[in-house]
Amino acid sequence: MLSKREKDLIKEIWERLTPVAAEIGADALLRMFASYPGTKTYFSHLDISPNSSHLLAHGKKIVLAIAEGAQDISQLTVTLAPLQTLHAYQLRIDPRNFKLLSHTMLVSLACYLGDEFTPVAHAAMDKYLSAFAAVLAEKYR
Amino acid sequence: MVAWTDFERATIKDIFSKIDYEVVGPAAISRCLIVYPWTQRYFAGFGNLYNAAAITSNPKVAAHGKVVMQGLEKAVKNMDNIKATFTELSTLHSEKLQVDPDNFMLLGDCLAIVVAAQLGKDFTPEVHAAFQKFLAVVVSSLRRQYY
Repeated sequence: MLSKREKDLIKEIWERLTPVAAEIGADALLRMFASYPGTKTYFSHLDISPNSSHLLAHGKKIVLAIAEGAQDISQLTVTLAPLQTLHAYQLRIDPRNFKLLSHTMLVSLACYLGDEFTPVAHAAMDKYLSAFAAVLAEKYR
Repeated sequence: MVAWTDFERATIKDIFSKIDYEVVGPAAISRCLIVYPWTQRYFAGFGNLYNAAAITSNPKVAAHGKVVMQGLEKAVKNMDNIKATFTELSTLHSEKLQVDPDNFMLLGDCLAIVVAAQLGKDFTPEVHAAFQKFLAVVVSSLRRQYY
């Protein structure tokens, strides 16, 4: 459960990161590919080498979607409806992978924000990304 | 036997030479207790764990963080036989402490995040991956004596 304070904190952090969405997103993806090589199997159609335009564009897309969800967390199911359909019927990414990207996203935030990524912010963010992943997987079955 | 590349060996030793055990250990345990509050079930004797501030300033939590780092250092010094190095610790966690082994990676993930915050840009995806591999081997070794 997210308290009002946590929701505000999450919204504020993602608003701040929106200008560097591509950088953060690409970093999180690169970390995921390096630590969990099985995840690369979903990207055979893209150039996922560091600094590739594909990687930056894709990273940006992901971070902007997460930031958009953070604007009104109580409306996640509505906001993510199109992405739910995409992931369930087209992409069909095994939802266990969502946890992996959530973890590397947190690592990217830690690298970028340093001490500002306090334990309280970390807890709130972990909860938000878990909720985001759960909603994303809702239409799978 | 785990196969370590030269890069991985050097990276793990480098990380552990750079981080301050007195800071990283307590920070990682605190985060685990804050982010995954159910892990507090194993620390009933630690006193006040009521909120993030209490946990972060709890001296028993801090002391335990250092104990964990000392344990990890043993693994760094015996990278080719982490399994044997942790046999006793594994038995301890399984039989005496009765910790659900699924929790080990929760602490591992928190450790990765604390190290990332410390090292910043130096914690590149490749360095990070080596660290995750090290954590996975440690966790696997700690799980071994569970029957």
